[in-house]
Parts: sequence; structure tokens; C-alpha cells
Amino acid sequence: MQIKLNINGSDKTLDVKPHEFLVEVLRENGYLGVKKGCETGNCGLCTILIDDKPVLSCSYLAVRAEGKKITTIEGVQAEAAEVGSFLVEEGVDQCGYCSPGLVMTIIGMKKEIENPTEDDIRNYLTNNLCRCTGYVGQLRAIKKLMGVE
Amino acid sequence: MKAVNKPISKIDGMGLVTGKPVYTDDLAPKDALIVKILRSPHAFAKMKDIDVSRALKVPGVECVLTWKDIPRIPFTRSGASFPEPASYDSYILDEYVRYVGDSVAIVAAVDEETAEKAMKMIKVDYEVFEPVIDFEKAIDHPSVIHPDHKNYKPNAIIHPNFDRNVACEYEYDWSKGDKGIDEIFAECDVVIENTTYNQAQEHAMMETHRSYTYKDMHGRLVIVSSTQVPFHVRRTVARSLGMTPDQVRVIKPRIGGGFGAKQNLQAEFYPAAVTMRTGKPAKMIFSRVENTICGTTRHRMRIDTKIGAMKDGTIRAIDMEVLSDQGAYGEHSKTTLAPAGYKTIPLYNKADAYRFHGYTAYTNLPTAGAFRGFGVTQGIFATESIVNKLAHELDMDPAVIREKNMLKEGETSVGFNLSTVFDDLSELQTAESCGLEQAVKRGKELIGWDEKFPKKEVSSSKVRGVGMALSMQGSGIPNIDSASATIRFQENGFFTLLLGATDIGTGSDTILKQIAADAIGISEDRIRVFSSDTDLTPFDVGAYASSTTYVTGNAVINAGKLAREELFKQAARLLETDVDSLEFDGDKFTDKKSGEVLDLEHMGTKLTYGKFQHQIEVTGSYVPYKAASPYMACFVEVEVDTETGIVEVPNMVGVVDCGTPINPKLAKVQTEGGLIQGLGLALIEKISYDSRGRMTTDSLMEYKIPSRDDIKTNLVVEFTDTYEPTGPYGAKSIGEIVLNPTPPAIQDAIYNATGIWLTDLPMTPEKVLKALKEKKNK
Repeated sequence: MQIKLNINGSDKTLDVKPHEFLVEVLRENGYLGVKKGCETGNCGLCTILIDDKPVLSCSYLAVRAEGKKITTIEGVQAEAAEVGSFLVEEGVDQCGYCSPGLVMTIIGMKKEIENPTEDDIRNYLTNNLCRCTGYVGQLRAIKKLMGVE
Repeated sequence: MKAVNKPISKIDGMGLVTGKPVYTDDLAPKDALIVKILRSPHAFAKMKDIDVSRALKVPGVECVLTWKDIPRIPFTRSGASFPEPASYDSYILDEYVRYVGDSVAIVAAVDEETAEKAMKMIKVDYEVFEPVIDFEKAIDHPSVIHPDHKNYKPNAIIHPNFDRNVACEYEYDWSKGDKGIDEIFAECDVVIENTTYNQAQEHAMMETHRSYTYKDMHGRLVIVSSTQVPFHVRRTVARSLGMTPDQVRVIKPRIGGGFGAKQNLQAEFYPAAVTMRTGKPAKMIFSRVENTICGTTRHRMRIDTKIGAMKDGTIRAIDMEVLSDQGAYGEHSKTTLAPAGYKTIPLYNKADAYRFHGYTAYTNLPTAGAFRGFGVTQGIFATESIVNKLAHELDMDPAVIREKNMLKEGETSVGFNLSTVFDDLSELQTAESCGLEQAVKRGKELIGWDEKFPKKEVSSSKVRGVGMALSMQGSGIPNIDSASATIRFQENGFFTLLLGATDIGTGSDTILKQIAADAIGISEDRIRVFSSDTDLTPFDVGAYASSTTYVTGNAVINAGKLAREELFKQAARLLETDVDSLEFDGDKFTDKKSGEVLDLEHMGTKLTYGKFQHQIEVTGSYVPYKAASPYMACFVEVEVDTETGIVEVPNMVGVVDCGTPINPKLAKVQTEGGLIQGLGLALIEKISYDSRGRMTTDSLMEYKIPSRDDIKTNLVVEFTDTYEPTGPYGAKSIGEIVLNPTPPAIQDAIYNATGIWLTDLPMTPEKVLKALKEKKNK
């Protein structure tokens, strides 16, 4: 079946199967910044924005995206570079595999919470797992990005 | 202008954080066949019959392979250097299956749905055997896990005994003088015993195992794989398919984490077999479930430790008896068993005697493989645990008993020899650098040890306690590991650094570039790094055994020195002068006699084009010969909720002697990540199996790794001011040591807070509550 949606500002018509999740459809269509890390909605690697809110694309049926505004990391390269530069500056990019999903969640958080506390950051990003950094350095980076004392 | 010891950013960082398509699955050809594996539902069975005829009829199925279609060549998936210290005890596919999830058949189809449909059509008739699930009952169990071992290639050095389910046995017995260890124990004022258990742990790297394969125009097999060991993949896959290494090329793209998991070969064989059979590109991506049950785990070990000491705290003898759960295949048996002893005893090098004996036992569980820490983690838990217990027994401060007994710079240990020159113990190796004294002193200050030890009541139900532990590791495996690096000088004055070393997120490409810059004497901006491709880059054993900084780092220095010599020679030729009259400031050569100047830009271009053409390309190699161990002290403060059993870790300090940190920023972050992985091991993570050997924690939902919400720890990391004379610019390793000390430090902090002594990891709230209750009832 076909769905119409807007990806990164362009209107697209995509062939999808009724049971396909958005992560598969996006990767098949070349949006490779969207990563897959689990099948259970636990790791946050596949985070994209749907109507500007972070969503796990592995748990979101592609057909549900009909008519919606989809943003992948490919569509927000400048902002991703800004957010990402704080991660890189702190040295917490490491293997980098969780980074695109984390960056997208941070971009979503920036839209939603203006002056987050340390706990707000931890809570908002709790679904984004990382096995390399142990999170403490990422927290330092994000606090700097958000201007949290 | 020095690049070493500067906190520069990782060279690939911005590409990674902006989501560039650089990992294996991002690069795979779209038309690759999708490879899936039919996996065993039984922990131990033999296939009486397997019928794939219906599966082959499913439209879109390209091939179905069973053990009958695969060359009957035994090998090991260990991904260790050649000759591997492991028995060749497995095949790509076998008629036996030895754990739930073991490979039964390979299916390749046009897409995943088709492959899955075909898998359901395969009919297998199993003869099911009683599985061996409990590793403490594995040796001499009525079920022999490898009954067909006559075709294997057993490794005599590791003493396997397949009929007894023994993958490996290892022992040593050493004392300083004529007295044996039992005599020394008899002379001790106190002799105490302690038994520790660690759980099996999942690596849970974010990118699961994956590879894709194709044939190039010459018919050679190309494997693009998320691996830590491209060169060992080349050799191992070639062997397993009855090919020679020249017929295989392995390319490593960016890697989404490994922690040892990707030293063992996992996904490579299956698409390789399909490509060789069909001639078509093929791709295998492990699902998270597959990654969890069919990858490897940390070895579960039981360690019975005995320590003898005098009343003043002098440690005189340490005895360890180890039983290690190897799982189905013996990929890393001795290699993880032995370091539990010889990479921990140097910490207490003044003892008069050490004894070590251990087995790794085959079980019908997923194979235990390489995992950051590699047996030392388990050994450190045992050793540090019993030293803390000894401190309590003697009513001494655990930090003081360390200060009295621990290794100091310039001292020797038999452990160094056991891990380097193996059986030659005649002249003991020296720790040429050791920052333990500084690490303990600084760690105590940073945690506030003297004010906080042993505990402080926070409220009626919350109590805080502090604990500490030391840690050590190696820096590569002396006389076994090896690495090379190639430096090429290019037009317009830039350099290419070609590495077989495998950056798996550690930042090794970046730090090796820093080392190269200083060795050549140029700015690191001039260097471009490429790793790793077995056709293009020089040999390197890969990313394991904490080897890259030290082993490859030294190879890079050797290459850099050669490059510098060649640059001087060529500059002298172009300037028509002598090498001795040249000055080089990192950007240009000046002839002191004539005052003539040649900058690297012009020099590079002149040497590239036309009549002066000369390719400067040099390769440096290195084989380590010293243990060059890194050391650290870890201090933690825990808060135990005596009503819920929940243990929080508000403060943690790691002071690390890794020699010169080549890149203090990346070293710090690696330390933080390691300490938190250790926290997961200590408090959170656990693999569970049911009685038939089926893993019940096969997803990230059930197997919990620390999440952002779990880590509210104020974590302070510092480095000691030490310099390793044999290291590249004074450096030692950092990768593994930082995971080891957290479990014993937390164990002792819980004891200091509450008086309960937990010896079975992870120390969950249930266990804390149970122990508190038992203590109260006593």
C-alpha cells in the first residue's frame, strides 16, 4: 500500500507493507542515520521526530505516519552538528552508534523544555541507552549545550 | 606543538554524531541476499535428520545450507592470534547443537520475510540429550558435550579433556624460597577464605553483530564486517570454508561498540558461505535476541580464594581455585582463566607464595568469550574482595593494608613473567612504572576517605559506606600480540597513516594520529588516517587485550621515525645538500649552509610528480615484550536503603595509572564508561536461564544495562603522574582496567555500611534485603 508523508520537508509517496515499522521504511529509503538497536522499544537508537516530537520509529507503524511530518537526522544537519559538537567536545561520541538517536531526542527536548534541570535532562533522555560512555560525560555535554549550571 | 597528551576531539566524531552512513548495514548493497539462521530450540541434541526440501521450494529462497553442505573443518571462532590458544572444537554447522540458539541451518532469500517463511519449513528430527546447565556440575557430568571430539584439533597447551567436559586446565605453584605454600600458610597468623561468584554478563553493544559479503571481479570473497579483528577474520573464515587467506579480503567500517564481543567471530561465516555458494552478495544482521543468546558472554566464575597474613597485615600467601563456565565452545578458555591469577597477583607482589588452579568447564549454554577485563575482572573481584575481608579480620583500614602490601615502582612479580615469557620464571620482570601509591593517596582525598570511613547514617533507613579496590591489567600480550603501521607522504605535504588497528569507538584512530604526529615531528592536522582493510592496511592483531595504545602506538612511533628519516633524505636530495645540514621545524626544511628553504607542501608535490618522483612510504612494526601493566585505585561511596535493599552509588572515584594519557579527554571518558559498566556488573546486570538452558533475558527489556536514570553518580576521574619507559611516549593501556575494580569496591562499601557481605554478583536489592534479614536474625 502507499502512504503520503512529509520527510525532512519534502512530500513523499512510499510503498509500505501494513505491518512494517517506520524504521524499516526510512532505512530502505535511504535515511540511514536512523539506527536500529533492539526490537523492544528500549534503546532509543531509532528516534526521529514526528510533528516535532521524538518518537521511536521501531515501534511506530509506517501506515500511522500518513500525512505526518517526519524529521530524521538527515533533515536537521545543521542543528545536529551544533548539538553533536557538544558531545564531540566532551569526548562522548565514542562508538557513535547511539548518537543520532540521542541527538534527535535532544533536539526534541530543546523544543519542549526551555530551562531543563539535570533531572529533567536525565528523565527526558532516559530511553536513550549508551553502552560506551556511562552517561556522565554525556550529561556534562548536554548541560553545557542547554546552559544548565 | 606536541600532539600527545592533548585533549583533541575524535577525528570521526562529527561524522558519527550527525548520522553519516558509515556502519556495516549502512554500506551493504541493496540487492544482498538476506541470511537467517535456523537456531536450535534444544540445549543439547543431535540431528537425526534434517529435511530442507520444502524450504527450498519457497519462491525467493536462494539457498539452504545444513551441516551436510559445509566443509567438515574444525576451527575456533575465538578471533585470537595464530596459533590460537584454543582447541578447534566447532564447525560452521554441526550435526550436534550444544546450546539453545546454536546454528542448525543457513537460509538465504531475497528478503527477510521469505527467509523466515522458509525457516519454518525446515523439518528437523532431533535426538535430545540431558543438557549440562549448572557449571558446578559440568565436570564428569553423564552428558559429554563434545562426544565426537576425535575430529577436533585439541590444543595440548590448554589441557582439554573432552570426555570430562573440561575445555582447559591451568595451574601454577610458585614460592620465593624453599618453603611451599602450605608451609607458609601454616606460619601465618591469620588465614581466611572467601568464595566469589560473578554472573554471566552481556556486552550489549549498541550495534549487534553483522557482516555482508560479495565476490569481487576476481572471484575473491570480500567480507565487510563489524569486527574487532579483521586480520583474524580473514584467516579464520578462510580456514572454515577450506580456502586460503589470499582468497579473502576483510574490510572494517565504523563499529558500533564491541567490548570484546566482536573479537569472537559471529556473523561472518554465514553470508560468506552463501556468497561462495551462490556468487551473490549476502548480508547477515543479528537481531537483538540473536545477539544476546548467540553472541558470547562474560565467563561466569566461582573463585575460592585463600589468603594468609601476619597480624601486622603483611600478606604472605594467596591461593586461588577457579571454576569457569565456558559454555558450548572453548573459544576463550585458558586466555580468560589464567589472567584471573597472573594479572591480579602482582598487586600483592611481596607475598612469599602463590598458587593457582582452575578449570573451564563446557556447559550447554551460550559460549563465554572475550569481554572487557577478560578474566581479570573476575580475578580482581576475588582478590580485592579477600584483601578487604582480611582488613576487616585484622581490624585494619583497607587502604592501609593496600599501602603496606601493594606493588611499587621498580618492584618485581612472578605474575609479569607468567603473562609474558610464560614458563621462564628465573628472572622476574620489573614494573618500570607503577602509580598505585599516588592513586591510593589521591583517591582517598577525592572521596574523603578519612572522614567517611567506614560509614555514616543518613536517616533511619539509609546508611552510607565507603569501599575501595585496586585494579590492574596488561598492555597487549607480550610475545604474542603484534602490530604494524604504514605512513605515506603525499602531494601538497599531507601524510596518510594506514592502520590495521581497529577503532571500535575507543578513539584509537585519533590517538594513533597524535602519536604519529609527534614521531614524525609535524602537526597532527597534516595526517589522514585510514583503518582497516586487510588488502590495504598493514597487519595488526586488532582491538583486544588492551593492546592498541601500547602495541600499535609503538609501531606508529617506529613508522614515524622511519618517515622522518626518509623526509630528511629526500629533502637533502631536493635541496642538493647533506642531511646533517638540514633543520626541520615541522613545516619546512632549511639548509643551514645555503639558507634555502623547502616546505612540506612543495616537497610533497615535487616528490609526487615528474622527474623527482619518489614515494615515501614506510612501515613500522612492534611486538611487546613487557607486561607494562596499568594500575588504578577505585573508591566508592554507596547509600544503602535498608528498607528496600536498593544500593545507590552517589560518589565514585577512579585514579588511573595508564602512564601518559595520549589523549586525556578520551582516556577520561573511557574510564567513566568502564566504571559504569563495572557498576552494571556489580549491581544490575544478569543473564538468567531456565532449567532447560533457555535464556530468559534475551532482550534489552529483560537484560537491563545501566540507563541514564540509574546513574546519578558524581564520578571523578584523575590520572597519576607516571611514565612507562617502554610505552609510546610513556603510555600504557586504559581500555579494560577501568571496568575491573567497581564490583569489589561496591561490595566492601555495602559491608562497611551495613555489615552484610555479598559474594554473588549482581548485588541486587533482593540479595541485600535477604542478607540484612539474615544478619538481624543472627
